[in-house]
Amino acid sequence: MGVSLDLLLGAVVAGVLLGGFYAAVSVGIAISFGMLDIVNIAHPAFIILGSYAAYIVNSSFGLDPVVTAIVMLPVFFVLGAAVYEIYYAVFERRGDEALRGLAFFFGLLFIVEVALILVFGVDYRFVEARYIGPTLHYGPIDLPLRMLVPFAVSILLMAGLQLYLSRTFTGRAIMAVSQDRLALQLMSASPAKIKRIAFGISIATAALAGAFLIIIQPVEPSIGRDYIGRVFAITVLGGLGSFPGMLAAAVLLGVVESITATFYGPSWSPAVAFGVLLLTLAFRPSGIMGRR
Amino acid sequence: MRPATFWLAAVVVGAAFFGLSLQVPNQYYFQAGYVVLQYIVLATAWNILGGYTGYVNFGTAAFFALGAYSTVALYKLLPLPLPVLVMIGGGVSGVVGFGMGYLTLRLRGAFFSIATLALAVVMQTLITNWEFVGGSRGAYILRPAQVPLLGNYIIYLFLVMLVLSVLAIGIARSIERSRLGFGFAAIRDDEQAAEAAGVPTLRLKLAATTLSGALMGMAGAPLPYYVTYLDPASGFNLAYAVNSIAMPLIGGMTSWVGPLIGALFLGTVQQLATVTISSALNLLIVGLLLVAFVVIAPNGIVGLFNAFLASIRERGLRKHWKRAGGDAVRRESPR
Repeated sequence: MGVSLDLLLGAVVAGVLLGGFYAAVSVGIAISFGMLDIVNIAHPAFIILGSYAAYIVNSSFGLDPVVTAIVMLPVFFVLGAAVYEIYYAVFERRGDEALRGLAFFFGLLFIVEVALILVFGVDYRFVEARYIGPTLHYGPIDLPLRMLVPFAVSILLMAGLQLYLSRTFTGRAIMAVSQDRLALQLMSASPAKIKRIAFGISIATAALAGAFLIIIQPVEPSIGRDYIGRVFAITVLGGLGSFPGMLAAAVLLGVVESITATFYGPSWSPAVAFGVLLLTLAFRPSGIMGRR
Repeated sequence: MRPATFWLAAVVVGAAFFGLSLQVPNQYYFQAGYVVLQYIVLATAWNILGGYTGYVNFGTAAFFALGAYSTVALYKLLPLPLPVLVMIGGGVSGVVGFGMGYLTLRLRGAFFSIATLALAVVMQTLITNWEFVGGSRGAYILRPAQVPLLGNYIIYLFLVMLVLSVLAIGIARSIERSRLGFGFAAIRDDEQAAEAAGVPTLRLKLAATTLSGALMGMAGAPLPYYVTYLDPASGFNLAYAVNSIAMPLIGGMTSWVGPLIGALFLGTVQQLATVTISSALNLLIVGLLLVAFVVIAPNGIVGLFNAFLASIRERGLRKHWKRAGGDAVRRESPR
């Protein structure tokens, strides 16, 4: 019994660490889908793009992946703002975002993925950093540094974004745009401009999430798809647009997935995320800390 | 054209097409044609739910693969003729489609789409862990080399898929002109208003999801015999989902013509690209065309064609007006 309890404890700790990483992966969706009502299913593709950016810089200059991601933040911000410009001009202004907007992002997902395949091939790529090898041991608990570093930076990112959204004018305007567009316009702030900034931020987080992903595991272009279910499961489960809820949901999913993988084998873990998502959607669409 | 006439015409066109195809001496023609026909069924099936009622289904691959895997499972149990397998595959996917229809009770818009994507992954995980149908290693199917009357087995598969295409298009067309079709359109335009006006929205949505799912399953059922080796990664390939969305969007979603044109166009382009360039490029072409059409021509090829017709008519009218009324205007105002 003691062995399996140790195993359970190990799985829970690994799950919490994994959850921290999932939070970083989902925070972009929490902003774009939860706050802006933009169903960006191409978000995982941007994350993979972030992974490859970290890979290129790391393999040619030996720069740390997390540092690379921080340098890349403005680039991804501009990329996101540009994507939103197109989305706004073509779909939102026409009031056509529901069906065709969805198809637009679906197409974008494929373009990014196939372009990466054509350029880099389907080989797994990885990065090198000092913290990728070693593991801290505390009795039965293993803390691999390659999980711990993304976890820590992810928590910092979460806290920073929460502060930004609640303390600054632009941040509050982003929160407001999801609640009452008209009121925001009456405050003489342009919803389109606010949404452009917010979408830029959401894509910028993909640079960091991508770097975390390639620190944790080797990356090839099509693994982004596995994350579509996870990010939406976490965002919906956490209650759209609520950061604490999202963090809780991410950790919950991480723990459940980790326990499933430990006791039933890793081939079942994709079903967990999507099963959780289906159950949430069917029985509690407002999530565990939802507003509605 | 009345529905009965249309069915007759569709069958005649299908038969004529098959007759012409038999004249092609090339074996590869049937290989490629099968895939294009399969996409006609998938795109038409998707459009019954997506185009007519406005619910975007990302889970085409799930229904398609479910049909294919019901064939694999039955192949291991008892030998059945292909048409029966097609019926069973359609039945299995239809039941899952019926279940998906109940999701629409709570989920509208993007939530429904995400749920269908989730459904696909859950199904794939279940199949991957089901050892009886081969699990992640996949399953082999031995197909007879020859069939009586037709010769090569691939011609038989081609014929089955052609019949399914005619069936799918006939059903889609019949729906468009029926009470069912008007109900679907009401749901697409404003579900709450339709509900308030007494349209039985749930029953209609269940009809759409069941029919759409069943057709996708029927399209998938012959797949194991076509590929002879099936593993979950290829059966649940996301390419099926992208294509079945891209084809109606590129063709035009409001009528049965759109998915047909889209499937013929995209399917053929992809077959050509596979032969001449590379198969990796296929999805890039689909993705680029999908985004380009959604951005530039939101009503697809059919929409472009209609706009073109309208502009010709307008130009004709203007010319006519100039000849008849232009003089009159000049005479009345001497300046």
